[in-house]
Amino acid sequence: MTAALETSGLGKQYGQKWALHDCTLAIPEGKVVGLVGPNGAGKSTLLNLAVGLLAPTSGTIEVLGGRPSDGPSQLGGIGFVAQDTPTYEGMSVAKHLRMGAWLNPHWDSELAERRIKQLGLDPLQKAGALSGGQRAQLALVLALAKKPEILILDEPVASLDPLARREFLQTLMEVVAEHGVSVVLSSHLIADLERVCDYLVVLVASHVQLSGDVSALLVSHYHLSGPRRKRSTLPANQEVIEESHTDKQSVFMVRSDDPIIDPAWIVKPVTLDDLVLGYMRQAREAEPHGRPDLGVLR
Amino acid sequence: MIRFTSFQFRIQAAIAVGVLVLVAIVVAITGPHLIHLYDTTVANCKAKGDCSSAKAALSSSDSFLQTALGELLLVVPALIGLFWGAPLIAREFETGTFRLVWTQSVTRMRWLAVKLGIIGLTSMAVAGLASLMVSWWFSPIDKVNVSQFTSFDERGIVAIGYAAFALAFGVTAGLLIRRTLPAMFATLVAFVGARLAVTYWVRPHLMAPVKTAIPLHVIFGTSLEQNSATGLAFFEPVNIPNAWIYSNEVANNSGHAPSAKFLESACHSLLSAPSGGVQSNTPTPNPNSGFPECFARVAAKFHQVVIYQPASRYWAFQWYETAIFVGLAVILAGFCFWWVRRRLV
Repeated sequence: MTAALETSGLGKQYGQKWALHDCTLAIPEGKVVGLVGPNGAGKSTLLNLAVGLLAPTSGTIEVLGGRPSDGPSQLGGIGFVAQDTPTYEGMSVAKHLRMGAWLNPHWDSELAERRIKQLGLDPLQKAGALSGGQRAQLALVLALAKKPEILILDEPVASLDPLARREFLQTLMEVVAEHGVSVVLSSHLIADLERVCDYLVVLVASHVQLSGDVSALLVSHYHLSGPRRKRSTLPANQEVIEESHTDKQSVFMVRSDDPIIDPAWIVKPVTLDDLVLGYMRQAREAEPHGRPDLGVLR
Repeated sequence: MIRFTSFQFRIQAAIAVGVLVLVAIVVAITGPHLIHLYDTTVANCKAKGDCSSAKAALSSSDSFLQTALGELLLVVPALIGLFWGAPLIAREFETGTFRLVWTQSVTRMRWLAVKLGIIGLTSMAVAGLASLMVSWWFSPIDKVNVSQFTSFDERGIVAIGYAAFALAFGVTAGLLIRRTLPAMFATLVAFVGARLAVTYWVRPHLMAPVKTAIPLHVIFGTSLEQNSATGLAFFEPVNIPNAWIYSNEVANNSGHAPSAKFLESACHSLLSAPSGGVQSNTPTPNPNSGFPECFARVAAKFHQVVIYQPASRYWAFQWYETAIFVGLAVILAGFCFWWVRRRLV
């Protein structure tokens, strides 16, 4: 597995606060990776470090094997859609494409114009007059037409209404299918990720709680419900992620590479939602003071 | 990047060209009139025998334009700093577009280099052209006024330095403050502060002044003054055209000014004249007033001591001051590069 994005002991400090602290992770190439975590987990900081907009306080980060913002070719290899998808208000859609052509040596203007046409955007319209969804689409076109090896999207749909969100992710899936580009997409909306991602990284307080192929994760986790019993009575190959008990009943979410054969259990598959929330809760319970004290970017 | 910068800068550049064209039109229409006025009144005033009124008429003509064009050169560099410098990076931060433009295949260093290069050169060109036009327009008046140092910062090449500094400071303030309006305010304060500091504390020390002792002559303004606060004093105006006068005193060989006692006895007849006329403010004092006597006695023991910068140093001062401000601009620009590369964001 070659890593699209690899960090080691990565940290970013603002004054006294660490927005990201001692983060070590590897995100494989050729996947559509969903990066999820609670607000303040350091997702946005991590992605801004990955594109070189931030410089690390400690540790290292490599994207496509190179240091971020290490010259034009490194920048050219990454297509970035920033949070809130900023564009130049007074500049038309067509001028944004011209900007892309001026600033990127591998710019694919045919692709950019075709995409804008497909989206039904008026090239002469000022970006400031676009809806949030259209602006996000424009930002995606700009990131894509520079022909990057990896697309990095920082909460691209967070501020969009459900319809625009769905359209944006639809476009994203199309371009991934068409161009086979690696994608790292952060979001705190798990339902969005479920639709597009084939690889999941759950980041809580700068630490990777869970990472792996979505399909593999889904088949290796189970919901068990049955008569009340203690956690310690479960077999060793079943790692308890989450548990809840009533007087008579116990419910567990467990991770197990082997099938569950205990007939006392009612076994149900987990959803991605269950999985992510289960791991986030597990992380929070491990932390004695509740939510870790981390600053939020911006 | 050059094309993108030119595109983004086109409106500001068009405004600058518009202002320059407007100034050019005003100067082209009114300037020849001043030259004509000089040629017809001042140039041959000796023949007509009345130079002072011809000169006064010329130097007070078009007084509104004189004020406007002079102030234009003071204001243009400040405007460049406020409206071109301060928003250059601050605006990118405010709108978040730095995340868009700094993740294209152009490094931040190159982005900044092209921006500063194009806008910096334009700023200096605008200030230089404005100054050239204004200096030309004023040339007949300056020939009459013979006080080139009083309009030092409204002529010549210094405006180029002021513009470079204002722009660089605006960019730096925007980079550090990250908000346009506060950066504009900081730029205005710093620009005015730097200009005042250089004008009053730096410029006078750029070159050691010349000290000269000249025998007293009766010229326009030579007078015995009766001042209620300081008592009697003898005054001799400076007659060094276009020089920058630091001090002007009437003194004897040991450097002392004539005492009131000495003046009372030397100019006894003048002081007791029925007219009470203490002064002689005419080029040829009335021989009966007692002034010639008074003057002769003072001139026998005292001379005029002037500390000044000669007129010939005017352009050296212009170059020094321009170099100071361009140097500051270069330092600020270097800081911006360092900050954008190492410290940001």
